[in-house]
Amino acid sequence: MTWDANLLWQFDMLILLMMVICAVAALSLKGLVSSAVVTGAYSFFTCLMWTHMMAVDVAFTEAAVGAAVSTVIIVATAQYINPWSKD
Amino acid sequence: MKPFARIILFLCAVMMLTATVDLPDWADPGSPASTHLSPGFIEQGYHETATPNVVTAVLADYRSYDTLFESVVVFAASLVVMLVLRRTSTGTSRIKHFRPKREGRDTILRGAAQSIIPVMQIFALYVLFHGHYSPGGGFQGGVIFGASFILLSLCYSLKFAMQRFKEKMVLICCACGALLYAGIGAVCLAMGWNFLGYAGLAGLLGVTDVMARSHGILAVEAGVGITVMAVMVSLYYDLASGGDMEEGL
Amino acid sequence: MDEFFFFIVAKYNYWASLILLFIGLYGMIAKNNLMKKIIGMVIFQTAILIFFVSIGVKWGASVPIIRFFPDKQPLLDATAYANPLPHVLILTAIVVGVAVLGVALAILQNIQRIHGTIEEDEILEDMRK
Repeated sequence: MTWDANLLWQFDMLILLMMVICAVAALSLKGLVSSAVVTGAYSFFTCLMWTHMMAVDVAFTEAAVGAAVSTVIIVATAQYINPWSKD
Repeated sequence: MKPFARIILFLCAVMMLTATVDLPDWADPGSPASTHLSPGFIEQGYHETATPNVVTAVLADYRSYDTLFESVVVFAASLVVMLVLRRTSTGTSRIKHFRPKREGRDTILRGAAQSIIPVMQIFALYVLFHGHYSPGGGFQGGVIFGASFILLSLCYSLKFAMQRFKEKMVLICCACGALLYAGIGAVCLAMGWNFLGYAGLAGLLGVTDVMARSHGILAVEAGVGITVMAVMVSLYYDLASGGDMEEGL
Repeated sequence: MDEFFFFIVAKYNYWASLILLFIGLYGMIAKNNLMKKIIGMVIFQTAILIFFVSIGVKWGASVPIIRFFPDKQPLLDATAYANPLPHVLILTAIVVGVAVLGVALAILQNIQRIHGTIEEDEILEDMRK
């Protein structure tokens, strides 16, 4: 088996590691607004991952939907609830 | 309860991770997913639809039923958000725990929004209409167009954005997009072809069957773009104001 | 040693998406705050989508947009492009995902209005009264 130069697996592993860190951080942060922003960062790393997997259409959609609109509506909901969670 | 959930999750994780040994190797060109259907789409798609972007061709032509009912699902979701949030019952406690600073909306922010919103809207139209030749299409164009209204509402106020893009107009756009999509299918049906068989449009447009499919994809993508744009704006209007349309984020 | 290395490179993508999937599932099951449950749902969903797209990757393949030779002839070779079918399925799934997120947040706002809290144990206490 060989692998091509355009699929750098080291870069891939770095992005996946950042995604796992962002996912754990989004679930363990106490403040819900910071949790929402970390979710946006998670979506952005997902978008990078998909660009790296040659799925440009999917990455474009995720950059517009996941990183922008999702974050905005989560923050918009966070203004009506207690922004500090217990766990 | 919690330790029990952790043990179950850990066992499931171990079982699924051991099951990955049987999956095809990552990026293997001979894997089952890449050998049966997708070579057909790549090798015949360009000759049949004259659309270089294979994803757009498959999305709006070969799997057009999927996309039609997907846009209907999104439309239904916006209606559900509206129905859930706009309750007429009184005595509900609406305490805002977290308030963004009003004085933060200064001239610089508004000037930046003013200069970037027209560029965003033109870029959204470019993404929509250039979806045949580059990454993009109805979903991306619609979301970017909707995000321009959300930016207007964030930098000015919800009332200001609702004067520009009224709520009634948003709902009309939601319905019109899905109706445009279904209408194209109905026209194809009336011309004696299958529902959403765009080759039926060839007689109306005076072009060959292949070009008719290309134009049909464009019209359908425009319908999807209108629906998605209106749904994003509607979701923001409802969720940011808590359903009463008074004050946003 | 070399074989073990190839095994890691061939499978680590699936492992990463499964780890993300279980992080999201853990958030949905074990967290007390309903907003955290929704964020867990978003992570769960994205992990499944990554798994789907990673099925369609091919060695040495480019983005699924037909390229043209200088004499305007299209290059129609299935091994030169990534598998477009998972991309299409995921494209619709992302937009449905944001619609689902909107409905979930609307129900969350309604729970806050009725019970005055979004912590699961406090809601259960409030319902027992």
